[in-house]
Amino acid sequence: MNATTPVIEAKGLNLVFQTADGPVQALKDVNLTINQGDFVSFIGPSGCGKTTFLRAIAALEHPTSGTLTVNGMSPDEARRRRAYGYVFQAAGLYPWRTISGNIKLPLEIMGFSKAEQEERTARVLELVELKGFGKKFPWQLSGGMQQRASIARALAFDADILLMDEPFGALDEIVRDRLNEEVLKLWARTGKTIGFVTHSIPEAVYLSTKIVVMSPRPGRIADVIDSPLPKERPLDIRDSREFIEIAHRVREGLRAGHHED
Amino acid sequence: MSALWLAVGFWLAAWALNVLLAGSFLARTRAGRALVPLLFGVAVLVLWEGLVRGLNVAPVILPAPSVIAAKIGAELPVLWQDFAQTILKGAIPGFVIGAGAAFVTAIAIDRSPFLQRGLLPIGNFVAALPIVGLAPILVMWFGFDWQSKAAVVVVMVFFPILVNIVAGLQSSERMQRDLMATWGASYWQTLWKLRLPAAMPFIFNGLKIASTLALIGAIVAEFFGSPVYGMGFRISTEVGRLGLDMVWATIAVAALAGSVFYGLITLIERWVTFWHPSQRH
Repeated sequence: MNATTPVIEAKGLNLVFQTADGPVQALKDVNLTINQGDFVSFIGPSGCGKTTFLRAIAALEHPTSGTLTVNGMSPDEARRRRAYGYVFQAAGLYPWRTISGNIKLPLEIMGFSKAEQEERTARVLELVELKGFGKKFPWQLSGGMQQRASIARALAFDADILLMDEPFGALDEIVRDRLNEEVLKLWARTGKTIGFVTHSIPEAVYLSTKIVVMSPRPGRIADVIDSPLPKERPLDIRDSREFIEIAHRVREGLRAGHHED
Repeated sequence: MSALWLAVGFWLAAWALNVLLAGSFLARTRAGRALVPLLFGVAVLVLWEGLVRGLNVAPVILPAPSVIAAKIGAELPVLWQDFAQTILKGAIPGFVIGAGAAFVTAIAIDRSPFLQRGLLPIGNFVAALPIVGLAPILVMWFGFDWQSKAAVVVVMVFFPILVNIVAGLQSSERMQRDLMATWGASYWQTLWKLRLPAAMPFIFNGLKIASTLALIGAIVAEFFGSPVYGMGFRISTEVGRLGLDMVWATIAVAALAGSVFYGLITLIERWVTFWHPSQRH
């Protein structure tokens, strides 16, 4: 658990989508190093490539040129070794499985024993505060609870890296605040490396140790901010001067990206 | 004429009673909800009986329900033999074989885009062949007994089931397939744990459509050659002998068998796809 061990390294990364309207450059010359235990937020307007970059780390998209390594391996290799849990914008729970059944699904696929499936499911359900809801079906729970269940599912197989693509984008402000707090607690407890895509400046500043500001057409990194905020973050840290200064710098970065259009 | 007026009177009385029932507290109970359609069915039968007796309708045009019921009672062994031949040996094995073949073909099509371009048009072509042209050929190939009937049913049910399975396998969401990919799931794991369960509502639509086709296929195929029993054989020969009461008795058995078959599939569907919005209560 050395704090400076690089986990994800991108060098000169380019990704071009071939669409019906011709090629679209989704990522241009992206260089970024994410270290063990970092909480990295990617923020920027739509079309800036933040989701594409996260999907490239997960080997769901394939870079056109440049190098991208995860734990020193290619993303495809890392995917086959189950190096990360991925949380999407929607919970994506399977409606024919109970909450427990959904959390067990990746464990079944990875060949964990029945006893271990039970043990891990119980543990992550407690971690996301859904104890007692294991026998419910997804459609019997609220949106926030479904999203917590999907986080539990991504945690169940104990991957070192957690990739989250606007996980709380569809939830209201109050639920979102609470889940943000829970994600921070989870991160402190597990020491995982987290990649987090968001639209929201306060969310990015509140959660991250490193904020990557991106700008669109072509998608590229405009600024990388290392947050000086302490690891322990109560909700009211958002009224502190440091917080407001970082938020200001993020906003400047986003605006600069837009001027170049 | 008095039979006619009695029947009309009964009809009006039953109507009035149903209006009363539907408006009363009984409509909220299970028994009450079952009683209303039951009373309607009985009223239709009584009106039918009264019309036939009161207007002296010839039995060849329309036999009375009591005559049909008496015929069913008297000819039970014959009706059972016909039922076993046509439904148990023709329709159901044909349905099972056709559904199984459609499933295997759907997986093959799913695995290979080449087959998708080749097999679907062929399936479509076979489905477009008229049964009255196909049945005599299959009777020549597979003989007069139930095997040729099952073959006709296979051909009839194959395509609707195939199209529905192929469509169903495409119906899982991209995000759900991406999730499977991030967990490093294999093709077969993704198929069993995601794509097949997601396809079930489609598959059951196909099976329900095919269940009625199977019955029609098995009965009509017997018009083109069969042993001296079977529901299709019975209908075509009894029409020739003006034994319309026996034709109606056979139709009653066919309607009952079809409803039970369809109902069974619906029950299994409710059990398998309980999670689908159309099944949640």
